[in-house]
Amino acid sequence: MQVDFRLPALGADMDAGTVVEWRVAPGDHCRRGDVVAVVETDKGAIDVEIFIDGVVRELLVPIGTRVPVGTALALLETEATVPDTGAHTEAAVPAAETLPAPSRPPAGAGTGQRALISPAARKRALELHVDATSLRGTGPEGAITVADVERAAAPPQPAHEVAPAGPSPQPSPAVAGEVATGMRAAIAGAMSRSKREIPHYYLATTVDVTPASDWLAAHNAAVPVTERLLFAVLLVRAVALACRDHAGFSGFYRDGRFEQSPVVHVGVAVALRGGGLVAPAIMDATGRPLAALMNDFRDLVARARAGRLRASELAAPTVILTSLGEAHVETVLPIIQPPQVAIVGAGAVVERPWVIDGQVVPRRVLTLSLGADHRVTDGRLGAHFLARVAALLAEPAQL
Amino acid sequence: MDREQLARRILELLTTIAPDVEAESVIPGIAFRDQFDFDSMDTLNFAIALHREFGVDVPETDYANLASIDRCVAYLAERLT
Repeated sequence: MQVDFRLPALGADMDAGTVVEWRVAPGDHCRRGDVVAVVETDKGAIDVEIFIDGVVRELLVPIGTRVPVGTALALLETEATVPDTGAHTEAAVPAAETLPAPSRPPAGAGTGQRALISPAARKRALELHVDATSLRGTGPEGAITVADVERAAAPPQPAHEVAPAGPSPQPSPAVAGEVATGMRAAIAGAMSRSKREIPHYYLATTVDVTPASDWLAAHNAAVPVTERLLFAVLLVRAVALACRDHAGFSGFYRDGRFEQSPVVHVGVAVALRGGGLVAPAIMDATGRPLAALMNDFRDLVARARAGRLRASELAAPTVILTSLGEAHVETVLPIIQPPQVAIVGAGAVVERPWVIDGQVVPRRVLTLSLGADHRVTDGRLGAHFLARVAALLAEPAQL
Repeated sequence: MDREQLARRILELLTTIAPDVEAESVIPGIAFRDQFDFDSMDTLNFAIALHREFGVDVPETDYANLASIDRCVAYLAERLT
């Protein structure tokens, strides 16, 4: 059976991408979950996986071509033993809620296939028409830097070139700025759509997280450094469990109706140092141990910053957690990323006077917030949901 | 390993866990979080990298000593003797 492999949806704010690398060639066998192409988007380079076993017959999109989401990238012959319906079907990405957690290599693995390259350097390589895969990087672990790309692109300079009048050539910070501009446009597009289409309501409540932070400190003191957890992982779990317990917050609003996701994939907003952010998913955040969520979180942050996320990770979140605690703000009023219907915000953990049993005592508190979709829920349901998150954080050992 | 070598190795480890940070731009006497976004994930990864390299387990209560290259050199020089 012949199947089109199409460019999958890459999240709300990305409707096109440029194929920058093929990882397969005609005749290659590929298995469900294999990365077959690298696509440059406004949010950096994305590894695109295939969702079906098959043999590559033809690559339909040459490297360097920008195509919209849904474009057939390659033609495959499936090896499936299922009865052939005779139809020319699509290896389209299934709805995110049905995705299994992809088997992914440990962080740092697979770099033998593809040189490490920062998003800024990859962007610069595209601009300068430099084949980044042919470069030798001078950055850490051989990573290709912006300087490497520019060196490769520079024609041999005459020794006495006259300095141009007017502004001097752009230094590398301007390049980082350009990358951020593309991502900024993508974020602006998604957030404009969100504010235009989604009737948001917002709730916030301050909760005593002293038990959770004490539990975490004790846990982290008792385990090897490699097994320490971050507070954000407790938040991910609490949000996921509250989504499981309260319908209407985890899923997608599409074609005029809400579909609750049976599995909770929590997107974690990761700020990039060059500016901008991405929110890849920690898959199945209710069903796996905290240590597994922590490993995924660590891996996602590393790959988000190295520009090596997978398409499935960007499309999968059924709800998002945005934590601005590191930025020392106490309250976030978060904006939903369509097609999701809820986003939970967490501010900084701060010490404040708190009243317990009539006594004022110092406690570590956190302001939790919720941006949710009035087409699906209302403030009362949102309040129950947020109270559930708070209650879960009060019993950290149960998380 | 003298202090200069130690500082150089620490900088290498820093840019390994944060490959989007340019090694040349890191100022030894200034806290990482005042030079670029350096968050709790970075701090944890840095602690893990130091543990793997030097065998030193930095407890969370000592994380303040990992705030800059200079502080890190001073802390590790003491722990390693």
